Amino acid sequence: MCLGVPGKITEIYEVDGLRMGKVDFDGIKKEACLMYVPEVEVGDYTVIHVGFALTKLDEEAAQETLAIFREMGTLEEELGLENL
Amino acid sequence: MIDKALAIASYPNVIFCSFGDMLRVPGSNKDLFQVKSEGGDVRIVYSPLDSLKIAQQNPDCEVVFFGIGFETTAPANAMAIVQANKLGLTNFSMLVSHVLVPPAISAIMESPLNRVQAFLAAGHVCSVMGYWQYEPLAKKYNIPIVVTGFEPLDILEGIRLTVIQLETGKSHVENAYSRAVNSEGNKHAQAIIREVFTVGHRAWRGIGEIPNSGFKLHANYQAYDAETKFDVHDIQTQESPLCHSGEVLQGLIKPNECPAFGKECTPRNPLGATMVSNEGACAAYHRYGRF
Repeated sequence: MCLGVPGKITEIYEVDGLRMGKVDFDGIKKEACLMYVPEVEVGDYTVIHVGFALTKLDEEAAQETLAIFREMGTLEEELGLENL
Repeated sequence: MIDKALAIASYPNVIFCSFGDMLRVPGSNKDLFQVKSEGGDVRIVYSPLDSLKIAQQNPDCEVVFFGIGFETTAPANAMAIVQANKLGLTNFSMLVSHVLVPPAISAIMESPLNRVQAFLAAGHVCSVMGYWQYEPLAKKYNIPIVVTGFEPLDILEGIRLTVIQLETGKSHVENAYSRAVNSEGNKHAQAIIREVFTVGHRAWRGIGEIPNSGFKLHANYQAYDAETKFDVHDIQTQESPLCHSGEVLQGLIKPNECPAFGKECTPRNPLGATMVSNEGACAAYHRYGRF
C-alpha cells in the first residue's frame, strides 16, 4: 500500500465531476483519480497511491520501477489485488 | 485508534471500509479480521473513493472509511470527504488517523535517548508535501536528510549520500528522488488537504502522543467525523506490553533485539504496526533476516 506503483494512463474521463483515468500497470488495468495531476494526458506515466495519481514520471523511470516490482513479485500486492 | 475502529465495525448497521494492511493491526483484544469473522461487515478497499461507491449503493447502512496513513494517503482521503460533501452523502463518515513525518523527526531528535544521526525522507511523502519542511529540521538538529525513493537502488543511493554527508561533516537536505519530487510538492493536493484537515496532536503506537503530528477533520467537515458520529472519543487501545515497536521506530533497538520478535510476534500474528505490513521494519527483518 505504501510504496506506490507507476502506471501508464490509457484513457481519461469524468465520474461525478472527478477527472478519472484508466491506468495500465504492466498489463493490469485499474481506475485512478487524476484530480491532482491536471497536466497529465493519455500516454503519460504517473505514480498511483491508493487510487490517486500524485506525480508525473518519465517513461524510462516508470519502466525501471515496474521491472523491479516484477522482479520482487509484489505488483499485485501493491495494487491491492491479492486482498480482493 | 484501532479499538475505536473495532467498536465502530462491530455495529450491526455499519459497513467498515479499510485498506488491507489495517485488518491485522491488533487492538486491545482483537483485530478487524476477527470482527469480520464474527459477522461484522468489514471490507477491504483499494481507494477511499471505493467506499463512497459503497455508501451510494447502500443508502440504509452507515459506511465508515478508516482514513489512516502518512501524508501520501492524505490527498486521497481528503478528496473522498470533499466528494462525499458534493454528492450530499449523509451515510458516509471517516475515522481519521493521519500522521505527519516532520513532527516525528523532531520527537525522535529531542528524545534524550536519541541515537539517530540522519534521515532518509520518504520520497512519496515528499511528492505530496515537498521537502522544504525538512530544511529547518536539518539545520536545527544538525543532521543530513536525504529524500529517497523506495526501490532497492534508491535506498542504497540515499544511504550513500547520507554517509558522504556524515563523513564530510555536512548536514543539509538532498534530493535523491528528483524524478518524482520537487521542493514544493503537489500544490493541488496540498490545497485539498488544507481545506479538509487541520493539524492536531496525535498518539503514535508504541511512542505516545506527539504534539501537532497528525491531521484531524476541519471544523467545516465535522459531519463526516466517525469518532463523533459513533461517540467513540473515549475508547483507548491497550497495546501489548511485549511489543517494543516504539523503540524500533526511534532507532533505539533493531527488530530482532525485541524479546517477542519471531516468537509471540510474527507477520501472521503481529503485536505492533512495524510487523504488520511488508514494508514495516520488523516484517522486513522477519522476512529477510536469514539472508
